[in-house]
Amino acid sequence: MTFRYLPMTDQDKKEMLETIGIETTEDLFQDIPEEVRFKGRLQIEEALSEPQLVKEMGRLAALNKNTKDHASFLGAGVYDHYTPSIVNHMLLRSEFYTAYTPYQPEISQGELQAIFEFQTMICELTGMDVANSSMYDGGTALAEAGLLSAAQTRRKKIVVSKSVHPESRAVLHTYAKGQHLEVVEVDTDNGMTSVDSLRAEVDEETACVIVQYPNFFGQIEPLKEIEEIVHNVKGMFVVSSNPLALGALTPPGKFGADIVVGDAQPFGIAQGFGGPHCGYFAVTTKLMRKVPGRLVGQTVDEDGKRGFVLTLQAREQHIRRDKATSNICSNQALNALAASIAMTALGKQGVKEVAHQNIQKAHYAKKVLEEKGFKIAFTGPFFNEFVIELKCTAKEVNRKLLESGIIGGYDLGLSYSELKNHMLLAVTEMRTKEEIDQLANVLEGLACVQNISH
Amino acid sequence: MRTEHQSLIFELSKPGRVGYSIPELDVPEINVESIIPSDYLRTEEADLPEVSELQIVRHYTALSNRNHGVDSGFYPLGSCTMKYNPKINEDVARFPGFAHIHPLQDEDTVQGAMEMMYRLQTSLAEITGMDEVTLQPAAGAHGEWTGLMMIRAYHEANGDFNRTKVIVPDSAHGTNPASATVAGFESITVKSDERGLVDLEDLKRVVDQDVAALMLTNPNTLGLFEEHILEMAKIVHEAGGKLYYDGANANAILGFARPGDMGFDVVHLNLHKTFTGPHGGGGPGSGPVGVKADLIPFLPKPVLVKEDDLYKFEYDRPQSIGRVKPFYGNFGINVRAFTYIMTMGPDGLHQVSENAVLNANYMMRRLEPHFDLPFTQHCKHEFVLSGRRQKKLGVRTLDIAKRLLDFGYHPPTIYFPLSVEEAIMIEPTETESKETLDEFIEKMIQISKEAEETPELVQEAPHTTVVKRLDEATAARKPILKYTKQV
Repeated sequence: MTFRYLPMTDQDKKEMLETIGIETTEDLFQDIPEEVRFKGRLQIEEALSEPQLVKEMGRLAALNKNTKDHASFLGAGVYDHYTPSIVNHMLLRSEFYTAYTPYQPEISQGELQAIFEFQTMICELTGMDVANSSMYDGGTALAEAGLLSAAQTRRKKIVVSKSVHPESRAVLHTYAKGQHLEVVEVDTDNGMTSVDSLRAEVDEETACVIVQYPNFFGQIEPLKEIEEIVHNVKGMFVVSSNPLALGALTPPGKFGADIVVGDAQPFGIAQGFGGPHCGYFAVTTKLMRKVPGRLVGQTVDEDGKRGFVLTLQAREQHIRRDKATSNICSNQALNALAASIAMTALGKQGVKEVAHQNIQKAHYAKKVLEEKGFKIAFTGPFFNEFVIELKCTAKEVNRKLLESGIIGGYDLGLSYSELKNHMLLAVTEMRTKEEIDQLANVLEGLACVQNISH
Repeated sequence: MRTEHQSLIFELSKPGRVGYSIPELDVPEINVESIIPSDYLRTEEADLPEVSELQIVRHYTALSNRNHGVDSGFYPLGSCTMKYNPKINEDVARFPGFAHIHPLQDEDTVQGAMEMMYRLQTSLAEITGMDEVTLQPAAGAHGEWTGLMMIRAYHEANGDFNRTKVIVPDSAHGTNPASATVAGFESITVKSDERGLVDLEDLKRVVDQDVAALMLTNPNTLGLFEEHILEMAKIVHEAGGKLYYDGANANAILGFARPGDMGFDVVHLNLHKTFTGPHGGGGPGSGPVGVKADLIPFLPKPVLVKEDDLYKFEYDRPQSIGRVKPFYGNFGINVRAFTYIMTMGPDGLHQVSENAVLNANYMMRRLEPHFDLPFTQHCKHEFVLSGRRQKKLGVRTLDIAKRLLDFGYHPPTIYFPLSVEEAIMIEPTETESKETLDEFIEKMIQISKEAEETPELVQEAPHTTVVKRLDEATAARKPILKYTKQV
């Protein structure tokens, strides 16, 4: 059988064996001890031709309800946003996607410059001094922010609000365990970090306070008050932020954040069943040499021409090995490129307009649902997500919504025992007034949904 | 490559230009100040570029022209497995039913995605000889850390809290000791012998009751198979430790040997290396981890299981180390890897490793007369030359690498592994033709001659790239990490 990715012919093989001076390729594997040599045939599925493969993968894909054919109100950290058509076209420039980490800067200036531009845009949005080239995702970026805070302050206690994404908190717990750090979760009050509880938890042992802005429930946390509490004890202030929201909201840097992390998925990155997305990691100048991951810096070549290189590599695993600030090696470069192209396309005006449309549409949805008699769980200011109370389980409601071509919200009961029968709804710029009205109408008509406030 | 000045996107910006199109707001507009406190409303706009669509397209096209990928030319970057990235994989990953599904949708609306994942994890378990696989880790280093956390949880579940050490060979990737540190271990180095293999006597010396695990890449980073793997496994297992397999070099052994049969307890694979996920300029990757039965309880949750004909995520795993990543891993990369496995099947994957190893040995024997070869036995999928002969002529390995740029090649990995002086690590992969290998070999021979006859030609390389050698020292001393507008 011949394979289209394998160019070696029988003649090639013969010549190569001759050059090596052996009879068969088996001779090259004699160093694998007889006892461990695999002699069978791998029990995996048989090879498919390209048309068969397309058919089979198409069949699997078609079994999934996608957000192109359905109006989605599901967010909770991953969103259906406008992606300019050019993003995909540029991503498919194979000089980008078939390259690896730009170790040879002379033939990687394209990638290096693109990352440098990404770092600049993330700094602009977050109001921070320095941003790295990307992390795996928002969740691991948040966990690494916790580790960096602990290393920087030489303290062992990480204080995180329960209004931070539950899956990011779960990842933080796993990372913290490896480092023998304590993670303390702070309760919420009306869907926001309870400032009183926070004040009670934060002490001289506190390495950092981590909050999300807007938080998991869509609410806009009082960063100003929180900053004072954590900086009073000289802890690090870590904010996890949806970068698109920062087109409309005051950037965390303005509130004195030391580390800002998050996921750039809202910018041109497909939801893709949760990954790959694109974590970002931004800090103040003071923390520049402690940042995990790759950093690109500007310099000049021998002729004085501007160019870009990977820099401050003394932080990294391939140089420092066990003393590195993180073990991260591969990151999400291609998705950082996608985010850069999307941020460029939106530009100064677009990022603001899209963010404001999210606010407007989400508030319209809230108003329509309120008018139908639904109770809105929390009363604070919010960005593009809010929580409604239901009479029955979100799972049942979502099943019914799907029949009307709608992917409903997130069942908060899955992550918060006190929020059973609560649904987190996301309304992005992609949802039309008609779709929002339809959502409200279908919800109102469902037998299992009662108007709670009436 | 074009060598003229390349603007930054910010330098093309002009107030009033746009590159996007969204509908007018179709809901009644309310005053945003009435719903969000003014302190929290942004007053100073984020200074993103203002450019038209064609400007963006030209900009990124120009940047791509200043970049070298596998599609541009040969890329023998050792230990990175820069093989061809099939185009069909890109098409499949973009099917709406894969690209545009949300991770928190009800499970019954994403059964196709879950079936794909299940079939992939089952295939990977068979290929590695392990009992169960998680797809959650996002990259190789992430997989290493995940595996070590599981090993730690395993020891602790046995009431064994004193295993503080992880042993790594001196030739190991930097991620190994770094992952050990992040997982809370101290890393101990074991030496290599004169044949480039782990020194068994030194291993016996460092293994004791404090050892949690030995991390091993096999074939190792010199491209050599650790022939004494069974003795090594015995030494570590008898001391109560576990064996961790770094799958960075798995491209050498598909269908020829399985880590599970060699005594390894935990394995990670780099789907962006062996299984054709594109490297993306540095990622995203995917680093699934496979384990033997006794470590299954500690897998990160959720665990994807099949019950009757339904796929489900199981969260009730009391001994799990927890989550290592939000959601279920780098799904899009996993789709590409599965597409590749389905393209190759069992015979194809076997052929992959056979050809990868034959290509590497062929190159090694042809280059042997011209460069020092520290380890002379047959290699597996890659081999390491030393540039010390050329160094004596004043031409360093770095110079050789830069000279290769002039011929349109991405250079091999250089100065790694650290145990070889002036190391040049070459991994051709199986997707390269003999003609490509021959052309590269000729250029390497030419450079070795240049080192003797016209060393300055090599020392001053590259001569044809868009920029010459860059001042990395100043970049690190006075870091400029973002664009600042000139006022």
